[in-house]
Amino acid sequence: MAIVFEKTKGLTDKPFHYCPGCTHGIIHRIIAEVLCEQDILENTIGVSSVGCTYNNYEYFACDMVQAAHGRAPAVATGVKRVHPGNTVFTYQGDGDLASIGMAEIVHAAARGENITVFFVNNAVYGMTSGQMAPTSLLGQVTTTSPFGRDSAVQGYPINVSEMLATLTGAKYIERVMISDFKNIQAAKRAVAKAFRVQKQGLGFSMVEFLSTCPTNWGKSPVESIDWLKQNMVPQYPIGVFKGKDLEV
Amino acid sequence: MARVSFQDELCKGCGLCVAVCPKSILQLDNDRLNSKGYHPVTCIDQSRCIGCTFCAVQCPDSVITVEK
Amino acid sequence: MTKRILMKGNEVIAEAAIRAGCRYYFGYPITPQTEIMHYMALTMNKAGGTFVQAESEVAAINMVYGASAAGGRTMTSSSSPGISLKQEGFSYIAGAELPAVVVNIVRAGPGLGGILPAQGDYFQATKGGGHGDYRNIVIAPASIQELYEMTVEAFNLADEYRMLVMILGDGTLGQMMEPVLFRDEEPIVESTKEWALTGHKGRDHNTIQSIYINPDELEAKNNELQAKYRAIEVKETRFEALDTEDAEIVIVAFGTCSRICRNVIRQARDQGVKVGMIRPITLWPYPTEVLSELAKSDTLKAFLDVELNAGQMIEDVKLAVNGAKPVYFHGRTGGNLPSQKEILDLIMNIHKEVNQ
Repeated sequence: MAIVFEKTKGLTDKPFHYCPGCTHGIIHRIIAEVLCEQDILENTIGVSSVGCTYNNYEYFACDMVQAAHGRAPAVATGVKRVHPGNTVFTYQGDGDLASIGMAEIVHAAARGENITVFFVNNAVYGMTSGQMAPTSLLGQVTTTSPFGRDSAVQGYPINVSEMLATLTGAKYIERVMISDFKNIQAAKRAVAKAFRVQKQGLGFSMVEFLSTCPTNWGKSPVESIDWLKQNMVPQYPIGVFKGKDLEV
Repeated sequence: MARVSFQDELCKGCGLCVAVCPKSILQLDNDRLNSKGYHPVTCIDQSRCIGCTFCAVQCPDSVITVEK
Repeated sequence: MTKRILMKGNEVIAEAAIRAGCRYYFGYPITPQTEIMHYMALTMNKAGGTFVQAESEVAAINMVYGASAAGGRTMTSSSSPGISLKQEGFSYIAGAELPAVVVNIVRAGPGLGGILPAQGDYFQATKGGGHGDYRNIVIAPASIQELYEMTVEAFNLADEYRMLVMILGDGTLGQMMEPVLFRDEEPIVESTKEWALTGHKGRDHNTIQSIYINPDELEAKNNELQAKYRAIEVKETRFEALDTEDAEIVIVAFGTCSRICRNVIRQARDQGVKVGMIRPITLWPYPTEVLSELAKSDTLKAFLDVELNAGQMIEDVKLAVNGAKPVYFHGRTGGNLPSQKEILDLIMNIHKEVNQ
């Protein structure tokens, strides 16, 4: 018998601190697998952000720098401008990217920075215990929308992928979901395409991962995946919003 | 022929692999606890494993190795 | 052989940075320093470097953080309200021990304030506007020639000590023109940055971050930083002493303010009052020792702290003097400068008072 699946060398030996069933673990893994499969691990510099994944510089087996909350696209800009030949990625949650970091992500995309952004959207703030996020759904109960998100006073969720796709500098944007085998493999293909876009110098690329937060959603990991499919997908359809026809 | 093996200490008993196994041969072992206090996953019938890797792909913690 | 050119302060800073090997400039426009950015926009690419106009001062300092983590010689420039925005970035740069140069062409505050010169950012610069226990080296040039030489040196200091070095100028220095003597070759001190992020082929991968959840680890990190700062205090304190040996009254002033006071010394001595001046060049580390030594002298009767603010550096003067002698204060705010006459009049009054 031969090994057909084992832990990737793109991750370090440090066990993940994430909650049981948290989809961050899956996303970290598929990114790390692609870095190895494309043989760019030694060339890559990643930017950690602030949230549950604040310390994922300990998990990716490549050069990593941690950024202040929301600033990862600016930090990545600095890194990539110094090393245009290296692969540079950011890994950000919905608070980091779509709240405090909204200016930085919009402008990095507008400038067409040749970086890849991994945006993990689980419609809630995880690390800080469950507050409403810019991507929280109408009616969603969170610690700062305890009666359910009310558009009259708390506005509407933001579709980041669609929004950034309006920018000419953004070349490839795809939304995927971390739900089941088929979709996880599709997510991995999106990651691989994004890195190819970067490698070929085509411009800004982003993959938005619809993800779960069992702890703050108050559901089991399996129930959370069902909730994601039933509730998040109608608001955040999966698909390619930019660069569908890019041949990379 | 195929089989799965597990790094028990990394398992958090999240149950995702149990739910996605098409042969329903994975279970959390209620008779065992790892040092973190989780019931780690176990395979109750390796002979029925088809090496599809659904479990390993679903696992957030790289617990599972699949051989075929 | 050196070149002598009449140049505007802001442009000299940019030229000095490029000469020092800075190849990554990130900035945002704000009066009265925008000429630095314009010069960089025109010149950086020619020099083989990168110029980026960031979306905000916040973004700019984070781009500096990234470029520095990647091993580049990098800087940003701004003025007071923009420097306020950067304070978080300063703390992260300090915690991650990254080299960086930041220029603050100070304008009057608080709030949107005015665009004329001031020194009201002394507290922010030296006591730390960002969170946590950290220091930045703060250099206060007082002429265009010093803007040139000290900007070049700032990059060497930043690399040597792996920290942020701030050039604290003001609107007057930024906008005025003076002849500058440029060297043929700059004394650039290169450092091999083994810690930098370059892609880890041939070595273990590097990580750069500033979070230590374990309190013992974070305390150890803080102790390391403090040890570094103590070493810098011993080695890098700079000041100019002017006519202090026999002085009865010693003025303490920095930057543009010190230029006004320099002329007052001569005028006071012409009227029989022995005045001298201590001009701090590094505001951190502060020249505490020379002030406390002077305070012990029998000839010295008083200090006069003159600043373009409501009284900031005076606290460091008083700490150094430690009650040994009176410390008088004269300050102007809003972008106004004191006249030589008003300082001289004050000196005459102090002279009368201390000799009663």
